[in-house]
Amino acid sequence: MSLFSEVPQAAPVAVFKLTQDFNNDQFPNKVNLGAGAYRTDEGQPWVLPVVKKVEKIIVHDDRLNHEYLPILGLPEFRSSASKIALGDESPAIQENRVGAVQCLGGTGALKIGAEFLRRFYNGNNNTKTPVYVSAPTWENHNAIFSDAGFQDVRPYKYWDAEKRGLDFPGFLGDLERCPEHSIFVLHACAHNPTGRDPTQEQWKQIAEVMMRRKLFVFFDSAYQGFASGSLEKDAWTLRYFVSLGFEMFCAQSFSKNFGLYNERVGNLTIVARDADNLKRVLSQMEKIVRTTWSNPPSQGARIVAITLTSPELFSEWKDNVKTMANRVLLMRSQLKAKLQALGTPGTWDHITDQIGMFSFTGLNPKQVEYLVKEKHIYLMASGRINMCGLTTKNIDYVAESIHEAVTKVQ
Amino acid sequence: MSLFSDVPQAPPVAVFKLTADFREDSHPQKVNLGVGAYRTDDCQPWVLPVVKKVERLIVEDESLNHEYLPILGLPEFRSAASKVALGDDSPAIKENRVGGVQALGGTGALRVGAEFLRRWYNGVNNTATPVYVSAPTWENHNGVFTDAGFKDIRPYHYWDAAKRGLDLAGFLDDLEKAPEYSVFVLHACAHNPTGTDPTQEEWKQIAEVMKRRKLFVFFDSAYQGFASGSLEKDAWAIRFFVSEGFELFVAQSFSKNFGLYNERVGNLTVVAKDNENLTRILSQMEKIVRTTWSNPPSQGARIVSKTLNSAELFDEWYGNVKTMADRVLLMRDQLKAKLQALGTPGTWDHITQQIGMFSFTGLTPTQVEYMIKEKHVYLMASGRINMCGLTTKNIDYVAQSIHEAVTKVQ
Repeated sequence: MSLFSEVPQAAPVAVFKLTQDFNNDQFPNKVNLGAGAYRTDEGQPWVLPVVKKVEKIIVHDDRLNHEYLPILGLPEFRSSASKIALGDESPAIQENRVGAVQCLGGTGALKIGAEFLRRFYNGNNNTKTPVYVSAPTWENHNAIFSDAGFQDVRPYKYWDAEKRGLDFPGFLGDLERCPEHSIFVLHACAHNPTGRDPTQEQWKQIAEVMMRRKLFVFFDSAYQGFASGSLEKDAWTLRYFVSLGFEMFCAQSFSKNFGLYNERVGNLTIVARDADNLKRVLSQMEKIVRTTWSNPPSQGARIVAITLTSPELFSEWKDNVKTMANRVLLMRSQLKAKLQALGTPGTWDHITDQIGMFSFTGLNPKQVEYLVKEKHIYLMASGRINMCGLTTKNIDYVAESIHEAVTKVQ
Repeated sequence: MSLFSDVPQAPPVAVFKLTADFREDSHPQKVNLGVGAYRTDDCQPWVLPVVKKVERLIVEDESLNHEYLPILGLPEFRSAASKVALGDDSPAIKENRVGGVQALGGTGALRVGAEFLRRWYNGVNNTATPVYVSAPTWENHNGVFTDAGFKDIRPYHYWDAAKRGLDLAGFLDDLEKAPEYSVFVLHACAHNPTGTDPTQEEWKQIAEVMKRRKLFVFFDSAYQGFASGSLEKDAWAIRFFVSEGFELFVAQSFSKNFGLYNERVGNLTVVAKDNENLTRILSQMEKIVRTTWSNPPSQGARIVSKTLNSAELFDEWYGNVKTMADRVLLMRDQLKAKLQALGTPGTWDHITQQIGMFSFTGLTPTQVEYMIKEKHVYLMASGRINMCGLTTKNIDYVAQSIHEAVTKVQ
């Protein structure tokens, strides 16, 4: 008899199961439009040239060693990462009220932020504070906040399936009706999975309600630079909220914009009222980090810090980011054009209206099943596709397959 | 008014505060015997030559990229790490009932193991299951299990201050009296902070009670190879318990034996009753990892994996490990010899009887304070010293200082 006889088998994470099924598929024209990682036009992973360059610099720097980083992480990484989010000229940074915790990717930043909020926000250990995540959202948001101890994780209206756009009145309605002090997880740009972001005017309205109703702002920023090709553009929302005076958190990921997925490079940026509050907050963040991973991994943070703090490498990085963003934009244009040329029923403007890595195609579960089973094109059951999975070589096949799915399957 | 006005300042982690104080001290003969990291005889951090070599191999390898690792980590790392702990010929491994979860250092391995046990051991979400940690133990054990949700963390008798050795009778008594199914955190070797391990005969007695009383075995193995210079010797206790048929966890750290402190290389080895139970356990481990760090960092795991899986590199590594272990043993011999030569009151055999990085000197808090304030020799309030902080250049000064502390201060 085992101590663990009653432990149930957990369901696999859907997006990884999809990739596994894709890997097991022998079909020569198979396409993986599932997991969110950049691919070149040859369908290959891409190590950014600037990353390769900096890795060589690191390995040849004999002054570097492997001594523990501070609990909160590599200082030059933390400050340069927060600067990227808030801007070089950020008044909040100049006022010494911005701090950061180096974390394990965006996930780790969300986790540490959630653990802190559960312990210290809206009372002590107030596990009842509602946490709102968009409907739909990244599949892991819900569980991160639940596992941090929050007992009331709720959806806020976001995607309007019929009009294939933002359900703005619904969103505002939820902001008006939710309990005061509720936490809202906002996607800074390139909403995952829909690709649909509020406009600047809409963000202004959202911010007004949140300020008036004392709602907590927790940004998830995983695509800065990657979405539009411009770091500033993709950070407009963050910076706008900061300028309004919110105290807020921003979970940053450098997985996509540096292509450093497996080195787990993230940063939790904290904007506080003043330096004194910031100091106390960071001291408690240390306690949380200490019992989770003790102190963070060095390699990825070093790569990012060296890049961001060297003008030459920083420029090179921005170009690499533009390369990725532009390829995605090109695939968006081409997919829409081909669907329109095929006369595929429906409107396809949303493919170019949406931004970032993902597109919510609007395909229903049956149509998705058709694509996966009959055409060996792998996408999420929600109809989400990763634009990076498209290439000039497979885009015709994908467009035709979508056309078939839409015309043959209801 | 800040949302965080009531967040209290957390006290700093003692061992890091000690190092911070050491850094600020300008006394020319200052010595840091605090934090547990290896130092050369020049008192410098040491990047193992084999690590430098493998880092170069990795950076030159064009076939590698930065795609996400699987949630449970790099497969070749996990299997090689578990093999190091259990032995190449481990029957449990051959029976396919051993699995690994790549984790963020020893801390991460303990945390994931603790989170699993709190959810699935001794019932579902049984936060009342007692968790026993040695008195004294690594300061973070308590915090890790508490933050995983366990509400009843208790000490088990371990250190006998009067006889400066293991309180075996007290230890066995606690095992006999603990509620059945209690979780016990055992140090596989080189007990931190006392440096005092049970003998093989004593381990056999401990195992007998634990089996009879159905206590859960959770090993913390942070010093394999580093303690005695022999991987096998330092893993004897783990392998004995496995041979007794226990289902158990081992939190392994490669921070010390690979000198890879800041790359956070750890592995939670899971020994289950059979493959079927193992599969279900690992599926639940994935869920826990997914909301904590999603998937682990690559660099450190690649270095360890390449090294362990190459006969030549493995030998080179073993040589590097022996270098570290031998220097520690030399410092132990010399410190004891010098104290005896000085005629310092008390017996000092424990310095050479204890094993690993640390020694529990037996100095009282006032004597420790004297050492720090008057002699600028930094050690933990418990009297714990890191032998790695001793060098041929400072050992006379340290011995002299201890002599003064013992003779002048009670």
